[in-house]
Amino acid sequence: MTDAALPARDGASVWRRRALIAVPYLWLLVLFLAPFFIVLKISLSDTVIAQPPYEPVLDLANGWQGVKDWWAGLDLENYGLLFEDEIYWRSYLSSLKIAAISTFLALLIAYPMAYGMARAPKSLRPTLLMAVILPFWTSLLIRVYAWIGILNPEGLLNQLLLGVGLISEPLYIMNTETAVYIGIVYSYLPFMVLPLYSSLEKLDDTLLEAAADLGSPPWKSFWQITFPLSLPGVIAGCFLVFIPAVGEFVIPDLLGGSETLMIGKTLYNEFFLNRDWPVSSALAVLLLLVLVVPIALYNNIQARELEAAK
Amino acid sequence: MTNGFRTNGLMAACVAALGLALGVGQALAKEVRVYNWSDYIDDQILKDFEAETGIKVVYDVFDSNEILETKLLTGKTGYDVVVPSATFLSRQIKAGVFQKLDKSKLPNLSNAWPEIYQRIAKYDPDNAYSINYMWGTTGIGYNVAKIKKAFPDAPLDSWKLVYDPENLKKLKGCGVMFLDSPEDLMPSVLVYLGMSPDWSNVKNVEKAAEHLAKLKPYITKFHSSEYINALANGNICVTVGYSGDILQAKSRAEEAGKGVEVAYSIPNEGAQLWFDQMAIPADAPNLEEAYAFLNYMLKPEVAAKASNFVQYANGNLKSQEFLDKEVKDNPEVYPSPEVFAKLYTMPTIEDSKIQRALTRAWTKAKSGR
Repeated sequence: MTDAALPARDGASVWRRRALIAVPYLWLLVLFLAPFFIVLKISLSDTVIAQPPYEPVLDLANGWQGVKDWWAGLDLENYGLLFEDEIYWRSYLSSLKIAAISTFLALLIAYPMAYGMARAPKSLRPTLLMAVILPFWTSLLIRVYAWIGILNPEGLLNQLLLGVGLISEPLYIMNTETAVYIGIVYSYLPFMVLPLYSSLEKLDDTLLEAAADLGSPPWKSFWQITFPLSLPGVIAGCFLVFIPAVGEFVIPDLLGGSETLMIGKTLYNEFFLNRDWPVSSALAVLLLLVLVVPIALYNNIQARELEAAK
Repeated sequence: MTNGFRTNGLMAACVAALGLALGVGQALAKEVRVYNWSDYIDDQILKDFEAETGIKVVYDVFDSNEILETKLLTGKTGYDVVVPSATFLSRQIKAGVFQKLDKSKLPNLSNAWPEIYQRIAKYDPDNAYSINYMWGTTGIGYNVAKIKKAFPDAPLDSWKLVYDPENLKKLKGCGVMFLDSPEDLMPSVLVYLGMSPDWSNVKNVEKAAEHLAKLKPYITKFHSSEYINALANGNICVTVGYSGDILQAKSRAEEAGKGVEVAYSIPNEGAQLWFDQMAIPADAPNLEEAYAFLNYMLKPEVAAKASNFVQYANGNLKSQEFLDKEVKDNPEVYPSPEVFAKLYTMPTIEDSKIQRALTRAWTKAKSGR
């Protein structure tokens, strides 16, 4: 082997590696950054009655002057409005609250489920896993509609409870925030169960046996061994539920009442009712910023775990 | 306006999408692409049109003006005929999304009802851009038995039924839904409060919003299509909604045969008129076929067939002799001249600052703040 061949081969492998890394970056650029900048640009423009319903529109026919005019027409006015009007920050806060409570409820329900699945006989686990994934075979919209049928004053739940005589007046759950919680927890439960299951399944049984041998009661073993070891699953599950729940639109629209304020609905109103694409774009940009913080946090934790695993 | 259960609309959309796919596959020489409200036409009309003209109809549906408007403003919808409501049409004309109609290609316009077209001219000056498909009112729909039980001597023919807090309080227990559309609801609140229904007057609208906030505790939900279902199933006892939707809830309740009786009333203080208009987008790919379709829809027998099916009134005077008796003689569909004289129309809001103030007042009222 001559010395000259080595750097050449290294050079080639560096390029290959770069090309390989470029693929996901290109993906990100085309499918995330480019649309984001379009939204960002619209958020800086003003609404008008035209097609498209905002101005300025970049006019390349006028050459450099066109670009300059376009640039001069952009401003931060819409963001100012978002801070002036309480409805917007109220929507953000209320979305965060609803998402946080739903995530917590989903965790409470999903943990015993995942735990039971991980403890089930090996032969049964694929079936249980299938049962968790099964609802995805039906569209989310249809499943949320099914909840309308269940929660209605004349719906299945009330008929059942009235039938067995547990209640004498129908319960008004439909069109309240409670219905929104039920809808979100139900819809996102699999996203919580699956990561929990995958981390609980990996749990080494001998650790629990050793703890029991040393006289640790089961609840103590759970809190000191099982739960800490399942934390990656807990965190992954919580983020998978929390992040989409913040921007949820369909569930609050169908199940919630008029007092349920969520940012997805506020955004919809700005876009469709007010026809104000610039303000709704500004809302979307801000929503992204609100969500980027927990996502970055999540990545950070994950990276640290990978480090620790090494 | 909105009609049909949303699920049905969805299914119809799926079927339409399938039809679109098949249509592309067959690549027929002539076709017209129509985008209309869900559950808003007798399918036989489309079949008859295809048989008579040899033009294939690719039919697609939407369930809100907002969705249609967003598509139109984005441009290149690919549709040849769309059906916005007049308040939306007016703004869309200003945005330049439609083309002026060449009336020489629409000889059947001679069947039009002058009184209706004159009202529409407020939105579409000289009726230059659109023809009328259907029109109706925004009034009160109620469950006869439930109202009787909750509120025996209820003023069923007045806005007092739903806008007087004392009255609405009595109906809270059996369910109340209002349209989630400020431009259709606010004017009637203004009328109830004794003001002009003109909802471009921000000061008055703010007063109306304050009043609405007082009603908030008794309102189950603001939604623009759910009330059809809810009313038909007996889940609510009163709603403020579109005439055709409520009449549709009525016939669905009858079909279901569970003893739910729905009725519609046009309050005697006056109610809002709305119009759904057919127009041709500026970039329509099949212009000749679009004219052929519009002209066909203007035939008296066809317009009557459409009205008989959906139970809305149409703007075609000559069609009236072909109408079913139940439709023609139903004062909820074709109001008497005295009632008609009291019906009002809304100007379209163009100033975005006013629009924002109005929507803001509306959101505030809805969230009870």
